[in-house]
Amino acid sequence: MIRSITKKKPEEEIDRLLNGLGRIFIIGCGTCTTLTRTGGEPEVRAMKERLSGQGKMVTGTMILPVACDNLTGEALKEYGQQIDQADVLLIMTCAFGVQTIARQLKKMVIPALDTLFIGKENGIGQFDEICTQCGTCILGETGGICPVTSCHKGLVNGPCGGTNNGKCEIDSEKDCAWTLIYNRLKELGRLDLMRTYQKPRNHQGEPSPGKIILEASSQSASVQ
Amino acid sequence: MASSFKKALKLGKFLVTSEVAPPKGTNLEKMHHHIELLKDKVDAMNVTDHQSSVMRFPSLGGALLVKEMGGEPILQMTCRDRNRLALQADLLFASSRGINNVLCLTGDSVILGDHKEAKGVFDLDSSQLLATIRRLEKGKDLGGNDLDGSVSFCAGAIVTPEANPIEPQLIKFEKKVETGAEFIQTQAVYDLDNFAKFMDYAKQFPVKILAGIILLTSAPMGKFMNKNVAGVNVPQELIDEMSSAPKGRALDKGIEIAGRMIKRIKKEKMCDGVHIMAIGREELVPDILSAAGLS
Repeated sequence: MIRSITKKKPEEEIDRLLNGLGRIFIIGCGTCTTLTRTGGEPEVRAMKERLSGQGKMVTGTMILPVACDNLTGEALKEYGQQIDQADVLLIMTCAFGVQTIARQLKKMVIPALDTLFIGKENGIGQFDEICTQCGTCILGETGGICPVTSCHKGLVNGPCGGTNNGKCEIDSEKDCAWTLIYNRLKELGRLDLMRTYQKPRNHQGEPSPGKIILEASSQSASVQ
Repeated sequence: MASSFKKALKLGKFLVTSEVAPPKGTNLEKMHHHIELLKDKVDAMNVTDHQSSVMRFPSLGGALLVKEMGGEPILQMTCRDRNRLALQADLLFASSRGINNVLCLTGDSVILGDHKEAKGVFDLDSSQLLATIRRLEKGKDLGGNDLDGSVSFCAGAIVTPEANPIEPQLIKFEKKVETGAEFIQTQAVYDLDNFAKFMDYAKQFPVKILAGIILLTSAPMGKFMNKNVAGVNVPQELIDEMSSAPKGRALDKGIEIAGRMIKRIKKEKMCDGVHIMAIGREELVPDILSAAGLS
């Protein structure tokens, strides 16, 4: 399952955003930020203790099951009074959750996390970015490994000169995507694909902000 | 009109190129001095493009200065800072001012430089930039539109003969040749036996190869590069040789080693020339050339 991968904002930034705001309601998420240990129950409790220690009043806390879900509106209603009492909502979900909550309530929202990427847990406590949703998929030519996402520079014609013993020039913990692609295509006997020149990418596969409206006829077609 | 460097490539003589680095700021005095010193001693001078992702005076401005001073510039262009519109525009400008040699590079990550929060562009890569040059020469831009006025370039690229693993690097090298590289300047090579093996492979391609020579200034520099610079391998014997230099004479030893390597490359006709990178000590390039018996 793909996950929204987050990290905690620096405390100074959270303190700056909360400056002058005395009453705070904290919201975590039971899905992705629980998995990444950035907005689950223990992290929400720690945030509450920290803010209380600063003399702030925490009017309440809650963990939404899936913050980005449409049912979030219903779940928030259960805490209506505590939310009403707050000056601001401090939200420990990914940015998708923050926006979902903001749409439901007439309250200022403050994200306590930075949303880093859409990724996958590839080992205990290890999360890797897998797709940048570029809109022009070339996985069919790279053995199923995405260079747009997995190469730091998004290169589509092979490695740069910074590749070093199979690792990336920016971080020896990060694999060189083109070493992985080379190994995969070699294994599959398809190095011809790597030898094929890829023309400059179309960066406007879906011009940002993305929006797709299905036509009525195609909607019914997809249902059949 | 073909650049003098392009003519030299075609003549098949042993080529020597070096580098000049634009300043951090507008004081061009040192660069001026290096150009004056080198312009008649080398076939062309690369002008680096925000080398190591450190913001500097632009390579285009530096190349223009080389040209104005009567030297032969090779404009280094990375894909890190400009999208395809800006790269094409700079190529048009370069051509209009008689800057006709271009070295196409992908470019280091911005994270390695001094503006770590900047956006890295990489709209094109090095082989796509080469293809772009060839397309502009046909009178078309990347959007398929006609150009008013023609351009003609001598285009080059780089390769890292000591990259590990080497195979993906060689596939990229072949793509660069296919997309239009006429010359290749290599990353620094120190183990010439290894380099000779690389050349056994590279010789089959229609491209001129200039071996990269980086001046060793001390034994620790050799160790530092082994540890920190991708695709550079300074053999232990050379590090030991640098260490053996009497106190205060390491630089002389480095010049001697560089000269000796160039001499061997030329004598054994390993490749088509050398690209000397003195990294901030460009005033020593004439000494390296003397040590190599080239002046």
